[in-house]
Amino acid sequence: MRLFATPRELRQRGVLGMNQRNSDFIMRYNPRRLYPLVDNKLETKKLALEDGIAVPELYGVVAIEHQVQDIASTLADHQALVIKPAHGSGGSGILVLDGRMGKFFRKANGSLLTIEAIQHHTSNILSGMYSLGGIPDKAILEYRVDFDPMFEHISYQGVPDIRIIVFKGIPIAAMIRLPTRDSDGKANLHQGAVGLGVNIASGETTNAIHHNHHVNQHPDTGHETSGIILPHWDNILRLAMQCADTVGLGYLGVDIVIDRNLGPLMLELNARPGLSIQIASGQGLLTNLHKVESHKQLPTDINARLQFAKDLSQPEDIMKVIN
Amino acid sequence: MNTNVTAKGWALALILLGLTVTAYKAYELGLPLTPEQNAEVWTVQAQVSFEGAGKPAKLSLFIPENTPGFMLLDEDFISSRYGLTIAKTHENRRADWAIRRAKGDQTLYYRISVARSNLKIDWETKPDFPEPPDYPEPYASAIKAIIDDVREESADVESYTLELLKQLNSSAPNENVELIRDKATSVGQWTDEIINVLKGVRIPARTIWGIDIIDSANNAILRPLLQVHNGDKWLTFNPETGNEGIPNNYLVWKVGNRDISSLEGGNDLGINFSLTRTYTELIDVARQGAANRDSFFSEFSLLSLPVQNQNVYQLLLMLPLGALLVVFLRTMIGLKTFGTFMPILIAMAFRETQLFWGVIMFSLIVSIGLMIRFYLEKLFLLLIPRLAAVLVIVVILMLLISLITNQLGIERLLSISLFPMVILAMTIERMSIIWEENGAREAMLQGLGSLFVACLGYVVMTNENLMYLIFVFPELLLVILGLCLWMGNYTGYRLTELVRFKGMLGKEVP
Repeated sequence: MRLFATPRELRQRGVLGMNQRNSDFIMRYNPRRLYPLVDNKLETKKLALEDGIAVPELYGVVAIEHQVQDIASTLADHQALVIKPAHGSGGSGILVLDGRMGKFFRKANGSLLTIEAIQHHTSNILSGMYSLGGIPDKAILEYRVDFDPMFEHISYQGVPDIRIIVFKGIPIAAMIRLPTRDSDGKANLHQGAVGLGVNIASGETTNAIHHNHHVNQHPDTGHETSGIILPHWDNILRLAMQCADTVGLGYLGVDIVIDRNLGPLMLELNARPGLSIQIASGQGLLTNLHKVESHKQLPTDINARLQFAKDLSQPEDIMKVIN
Repeated sequence: MNTNVTAKGWALALILLGLTVTAYKAYELGLPLTPEQNAEVWTVQAQVSFEGAGKPAKLSLFIPENTPGFMLLDEDFISSRYGLTIAKTHENRRADWAIRRAKGDQTLYYRISVARSNLKIDWETKPDFPEPPDYPEPYASAIKAIIDDVREESADVESYTLELLKQLNSSAPNENVELIRDKATSVGQWTDEIINVLKGVRIPARTIWGIDIIDSANNAILRPLLQVHNGDKWLTFNPETGNEGIPNNYLVWKVGNRDISSLEGGNDLGINFSLTRTYTELIDVARQGAANRDSFFSEFSLLSLPVQNQNVYQLLLMLPLGALLVVFLRTMIGLKTFGTFMPILIAMAFRETQLFWGVIMFSLIVSIGLMIRFYLEKLFLLLIPRLAAVLVIVVILMLLISLITNQLGIERLLSISLFPMVILAMTIERMSIIWEENGAREAMLQGLGSLFVACLGYVVMTNENLMYLIFVFPELLLVILGLCLWMGNYTGYRLTELVRFKGMLGKEVP
């Protein structure tokens, strides 16, 4: 394999670079005043609930240090839950508790925690350790997603999530992030999660990358990653579009999980979604971005948009655009 | 698209403006663009001695004021028990020393440091036209004959003086010239005679005295030159050869014929000039000589600030350059660092310790700090107290390192007072979070990235040429600003993205 690609080759494949993402899309389509809506997960949850968007149930909020002691009672009510910072970024500071073992709590990776350790983690969240700029934060306690059994053989601990990029209300790219042993159960590509491209038109998984290399199997389970048809695909796309409508950001990353019982749930929104999705899906974002941008009149009805998005990402259509 | 064009327009305008002003200063005002590593600096010392008579004594010494071709860097008066006043006379400066009782041998020194300079310095004074004197015979007719001869051959003051000097110094003099020549026994007197002749045609003239600065010497002497005023400025001539202009290594000491020094209340006044050559950095020369310039740009130059403020600015002015480097490395190259400008602050700290020890110091403190920080994690401390604890530990570590290196005799690390401890503490905190969140690899990558940028920043920010350039031409900051605006509009791929997205090549483009 070559050491690097030339700028020309990347342009031909419609690869979006960080600088262009920032100046041509984020700065242009995402008004700064809307950032707090997505940067604060509590705010996002509230907005979503108002608009009838499915989200994991909120168990409680810890806003001040002194409430940290009260976690114990919330923990007592639920076998499994997630504690995360309201202002966390890139999945940092998220603690997933899968269950109990005597007086210990079991983390996703099987390790055990004492109540003190959980409380310490919570006060770390409050003091702003995981928030941008270290400003004091709140901790959110919420339902731990019980992921759909179809993911069992392509995921190692943790919860796989679906990232969809929605541009001007149209889903233009999607991938699934699969936790691995490397990533310590986290669905973060930097940390070694597998990125698995999803065809928008069919909801079928395509190629996968792990640590920036193409793979065909999940590194831990050895299961084939391509050709999986995602359940509820149309609903997932609708959910993503609804989120974009609710929050009003033109260039948005929507993270969705599929719960075994509840179906697709929106986990969080991102006003600055990363670029790795291009490597996972094997397609540059610019192609679709420019196609959407060049349309004077985009459909407004959600089903019309769904069809538009699917047509946009038809493989033969991509060929046409590149030529 | 429009905003892009506006930003690019601003960028271009700023860059052009900065470069234009720089070019003007470099070529019109003659400020050098590069520092010569070593500029010659001459120290001239006037030693004045006399024999005190046990009563009040007053001693005067003319000292340089206008020094064309040289800039005055520094001067010193060494005269312990004497009261000193500096008087400005018409065209000179005079140091007046006074003491209540002077007994025995007295020695006073005046010391001046000068360096060559291509800046133009001139005398502003305009003399009156002299009245033609009544020359006694037989000189009257001789002078009249010479005056008339010369007038035939000349058009203006300059050519008149040149012709006069040619005739008076002719190797085959006529009898008129011979008559005047016989009167003069020294060059000084000879110059006076010439001035006397010039008075006959109402050309203002005077003698200036100066020292030839060529080699270190213990007994330098003052030598006179002739100056005539052409209604506009003073023109200088050698009274013996007629060569025009002030010679390159001639330091003007005083104007006029009054005695170089005078004494009241003592005997045996003696004066001796000695010359020594030293070398110093040109930036110091440029800085110290600032007072001698008169131009809008040099009056508003940083060189006219007090020296201790200049040092602060010299540091401050390098910051934008560091920032530019960070902009470049992050938007064009795509390097990852802790914090945006943290590496630049680290680089500033490296100035104190030098690069090698700075890097060792940084790595040592961060790695030990990191280990302790991991232990603190187990104590379940709140964020702010933990940050404070890390800060205290950083200070203790630095103290220990200083004490140990002092014992080992490595003095470099003693000068770490400026090492930004708060920044180190924050670095340790951020690194430990990234370590936990994104793994050791990512933490090391960002740590090394920061260190790399800091090293590069150090190299750029301590570059003598750049330091000199920005300090003397601060308008280059406009160029830096322009470049920042320009890069702020760069939407192309970062260099690291060419590697990051190489996986995309697997997909063939049809």
